[in-house]
Amino acid sequence: MEQELDATSHHHLRGKYAIVGVGETEYSRGSGTTTRGLGTRAVRAAVQDAGLSMSDIDGMLSYSFNDSTPSPVIAGDLGIRLNFHMDVYGGGSSIEALVGIAMGVIEAGMCKTVVIYRAMNGFSQVRIGGTGRGPGSPMSGGALLTRGIGLSSAGQMFCQSFMRHMYDYGTTPEQVAHVKVIHAEHAANNPKAYYQKELTVDDVLSSRMIVKPLHLLDCCVETDNGVAIIVTSAERARDCRHTPAVIQSVVCRCCKPRADMHYQSGPISTVAGHFAKDILWPNAGVGPEDIQVTGSYDAFTFTTMMQLEDYGFCQKGEGGDYVSSGKMRLGGERPNNTSGGHLCEGYTHGVNMVIENVRQLRHDVDDSCPIGPDGKRQHTYDYSRGGCRQVKDVELSANLGWGTPGMGSAMVMARGT
Amino acid sequence: MAIAGSYLEMPVHLDDLDQEHLEFFSWCGKHQLRLQKCSNCSLMRFPPTTACPFCAHPDATWEPVSGRGVVYSYGEVHHAIQGAFKPHLPYMLLLVELDEQRNRPNEYDGLRVQGNLATADGLLAPPELVAEVGIGTQVKVIFQDMGDGIAMPLWVVDQDVEQPAQPWRYPDE
Repeated sequence: MEQELDATSHHHLRGKYAIVGVGETEYSRGSGTTTRGLGTRAVRAAVQDAGLSMSDIDGMLSYSFNDSTPSPVIAGDLGIRLNFHMDVYGGGSSIEALVGIAMGVIEAGMCKTVVIYRAMNGFSQVRIGGTGRGPGSPMSGGALLTRGIGLSSAGQMFCQSFMRHMYDYGTTPEQVAHVKVIHAEHAANNPKAYYQKELTVDDVLSSRMIVKPLHLLDCCVETDNGVAIIVTSAERARDCRHTPAVIQSVVCRCCKPRADMHYQSGPISTVAGHFAKDILWPNAGVGPEDIQVTGSYDAFTFTTMMQLEDYGFCQKGEGGDYVSSGKMRLGGERPNNTSGGHLCEGYTHGVNMVIENVRQLRHDVDDSCPIGPDGKRQHTYDYSRGGCRQVKDVELSANLGWGTPGMGSAMVMARGT
Repeated sequence: MAIAGSYLEMPVHLDDLDQEHLEFFSWCGKHQLRLQKCSNCSLMRFPPTTACPFCAHPDATWEPVSGRGVVYSYGEVHHAIQGAFKPHLPYMLLLVELDEQRNRPNEYDGLRVQGNLATADGLLAPPELVAEVGIGTQVKVIFQDMGDGIAMPLWVVDQDVEQPAQPWRYPDE
């Protein structure tokens, strides 16, 4: 996979930064607190998980659709003095992108250790497709071409790309429904998951239609939660509590041509991963065939399928076969979203799939396996319901973050020493 | 001057600083579909922008197009997010590829317009009409006035041209 690229072929940060701490609140509907409360709890949990103290944190990054609490407030609540912070606009695909930004600002000497969080009351306050404004707010400018035609939610924005994939490649509803079925199996082994019920393909296909081709069960769950991860240098990571997840490569919000109106430039059944893969794999020095566990953004069953395909886990057009083959099931060749992901565990705009892969690389996924004398779970690798979800001997993971069909981020991580 | 109208009982406001959208919807108000054509490279574009996506030139003229095209993809909304659309379920989110400038400037590029399927009198299509339309259906533009000289473009099945025997539909029917 090694190849030279213009301007993006600097390999010198490969292996130099790591994720050393992860934190999360309950995935619930009814957090009973503000996004400020959620953000504070998640950051505190991540710092404790890393074995650090608040005074070790001097950088903070967050993202939101104006539905969160900004980092100076979270830092203030926790008594963290910041040398760097930034709050950016955005949802899906932001987490991998902000890991890249964190690496850059640490490399530039602006700070030493960055916590990245997302806090959202995605069920109790701002729901998917909600404008966050009053019903009387007038449609204006470009919004006339979206809200004016009843196009406001993510499903409504992406449905044409999904439908065209079925038309171009013969992808079937049954194939894609397997994404939900498999993620639900994984969630059945995740005591944190909001939905832990196993499902069949028929359950997905007989659930009510939301926006064709998406049934209710093709769409992710909406939850309230705070989530956080900590990025620092691989050198500092050695002093932290857990085996670090070492960052091999990251792609930040890579776009198709005309990202804001990607459907003008086709084929629309190809997504941003098609471009991102040419940065991700050469910089990581590995290819999709080397990856043992994936976290592919599952806002919808289709987003997982299209990304795995465009990042090269299968041939173009064969995503339907890939997701229905059993390869991405626990115990299969390359499990995907072992926590249940957005479809089942909870919706965090991408962070929980990163947290899961960090734990996978620690060989310490928080399933129901018994905890040994060293404080780590004694994994059974029995993936039947209520059992293990640790992938055996995993060394390399990939996270594929989806913003829109026209925008994506990605990250490869390796198990550190 | 700023424009205030309404569509499906939703208030519409076009700021006079937003010249591009003001011009697009004002041409629609004259029941003409006009798109920006670059004064430098002569390529047309959609939606309205402040520069040419193909050569970055700032100047453009508004040129008429035929208003005819083919359904390139679609989604069919059965659960409305916006209250204004709830009485019209299911409604269609069409992605119409216009007859002009197909596969230009690059292969798979085109002038693609998102819009709703409608009846000839400009109302959102009833379920039996929604069920007839799919990828490959030939459509043409019509307009529904929003007041104050602006209108919403909508799409109807084009009765003047030959239709495919069976447009491609989501395979559950």
